Amino acid sequence: MSKTLFDKVWDSHVVRKIDNGPDVLFIDRHLVHEVTSPVAFLGLKNRGIPVLYPERTFATADHNTPTRNQHLPVQDPLSANQLRALENNASEHGIPYWGLGHEKNGIVHVIGPENGITVPGATIVCGDSHTSTHGAFGAIAFGIGTSEVEMVLATQCIMQPKPKRMRININGSLNEAVTPKDVALYIISRLTTSGATGYFVEYAGEVFRNMSMEGRMTVCNLSIEMGARGGMMSPDEKTFEYVRGREFAPSGADWDSAMAYWKTLYSDADAVFDKEINFNGADIEPMITYGTNPGMGVGISRSIPKAESMEGGVATYRKSLEYMNFAEGEAMIGKQVDFVFLGSCTNGRIEDFRAFAKIVKGRKKADNVTAWLVPGSHKVEAAIREEGILDVLREAGFELREPGCSACLAMNDDKIPAGKYAVSTSNRNFEGRQGPGARTLLASPLVAAAAAVTGKVTDPRELLEPELA
Amino acid sequence: MAYDKFTVLKSTAVPLPIENVDTDQIIPARFLKATERKGFGDNLFRDWRYNPDNSPKEHFVLNNPIYQGKILVGGKNFGSGSSREHAAWAVYDYGFRCVVSSFFADIFRNNCLNVGVLPVQVSAAFLQRIFEAIEKDPGAELEVNLPEQTITLLPTGDKESFDINGYKKQNMLNGFDDIDYLLNMKEEIKSFAGDTPL
Ligand code: SF4
Repeated sequence: MSKTLFDKVWDSHVVRKIDNGPDVLFIDRHLVHEVTSPVAFLGLKNRGIPVLYPERTFATADHNTPTRNQHLPVQDPLSANQLRALENNASEHGIPYWGLGHEKNGIVHVIGPENGITVPGATIVCGDSHTSTHGAFGAIAFGIGTSEVEMVLATQCIMQPKPKRMRININGSLNEAVTPKDVALYIISRLTTSGATGYFVEYAGEVFRNMSMEGRMTVCNLSIEMGARGGMMSPDEKTFEYVRGREFAPSGADWDSAMAYWKTLYSDADAVFDKEINFNGADIEPMITYGTNPGMGVGISRSIPKAESMEGGVATYRKSLEYMNFAEGEAMIGKQVDFVFLGSCTNGRIEDFRAFAKIVKGRKKADNVTAWLVPGSHKVEAAIREEGILDVLREAGFELREPGCSACLAMNDDKIPAGKYAVSTSNRNFEGRQGPGARTLLASPLVAAAAAVTGKVTDPRELLEPELA
Repeated sequence: MAYDKFTVLKSTAVPLPIENVDTDQIIPARFLKATERKGFGDNLFRDWRYNPDNSPKEHFVLNNPIYQGKILVGGKNFGSGSSREHAAWAVYDYGFRCVVSSFFADIFRNNCLNVGVLPVQVSAAFLQRIFEAIEKDPGAELEVNLPEQTITLLPTGDKESFDINGYKKQNMLNGFDDIDYLLNMKEEIKSFAGDTPL
């Protein structure tokens, strides 16, 4: 029978099917961080049971960590307590732990791929919704709650009903300054934040095939923002090249047998999807959000839509604009920007820093802007130095912080003050997400860079050198 | 973590007629620093409920004593956003046992079922009738019957059935969680794992 990519990976991990209930799904690799794991470990303790396969779980500290002076003790006692809990739990159960300062430390979804934990055809979970990132490799990867973290620790399985399948096809070529982030924000703006609820999405077509692994990760990362359980892409030569030689990836004879399996991971030609959606790459502009969910995005040259044209409730829409202090019909270009955040598991990889540097090179940071540039991991940080990007950034008046989730969810000190506007490369513009009262405009690293040097929302196409475009 | 069994719940309800209520509103990230599951109910809807100086915001529904009950009724796409189970804990710890909406975000729905909060999805029209009934009389009661999978708006007698998968239903009825089930099939899991490369 013909199968989709998703079916192939899912079906091969089902330990047991429960009648009129969920599937028991085996999890190959499990990532944990300090925030959603302590109660799960406590659960094990209360039940008096061990971690079944500690070698399949990897722990890092990222959500809660400072992005400055990481060599000093963490100031906030609650954060410090959570970090200590993770360290103790990891050492008690024999789980590899990459804490602050460790060369492999970084945002959980950045370090998974970097270290070869993320491989095609695997099932990967983590107590963070953007686990969908790992789908870029042809893995089934999704976020879980703390009860499920406990399940995976205890039994290496979770119980999930099998989601429906959706395929999003985008062909054609992308316009100047349109990045993977813009493609994702475009899809979400068309589908809304609940448009893919209940589905697992496969991305297919030229636009995704032409993307780098980093770009594919950005797209899969944002799958959750349209409500999908996760998103994935068929692995290809680019994928295999990326994985080859990484520390936890298979090697030697294991590599050959893994490759034989990985090459079967595509949707059969006549596989059936529950829903199929097509877009044209040429229709996509650099994007920016104006509201308080990631579906409230427009092409940067457009104005804020009128409430009547929105499908959802008018009252909810108006409440959202009121929070942003924006009005219907206003242009996005020229809007005031106080903060710029480059980072997160959405756009905190080396390619994102290269894009940012391309625009700020030879320019100066605008005086009215506070910029937080936060690499996704120590490895990304090292690459930024090695490639000379750090010099470009410094010359333009920027400084680099230390890795972590930072202002993506503002659990540490990196909070955007109430009422201020931040152009952010992260993934959520919910009320208060980046700090109580903070106002977030989601965008690509290019749009963030353009805002950082002009001090307002600016079309990045105006700042790109023609030959670089 | 075990929770109370759920069978039939008859209660007044708290209305929150806002769409896309996300998990950052249900429980803001700065309250996720605990290492135990305690006290989350106090911070449910923290920033909608309290001013920065911790005084209650008068207009928010949880601060209005005429609205009480164990059922929270929310607008479409309730619980979107992050996978934080803390959102479901906060709802449970505050005292809600059931959330009614015309549409739920996936992970939130799952998390609710795992912690003993019953998510009941109704039609948009039924949701509207609930909001109207509560507006007319905050004392209006709902009856959520899990064995029969029905929800009834008692003042009008309007009734709808709702979906829940059979396995989860048994868990809710008995107050079981998934881990109990999985621990019972450990040998089967181990033999499966034996064939699965790391
Ligand atoms: S960067 Fe943001 S979305 Fe990514 S793992 Fe950290 S908190 Fe989650």
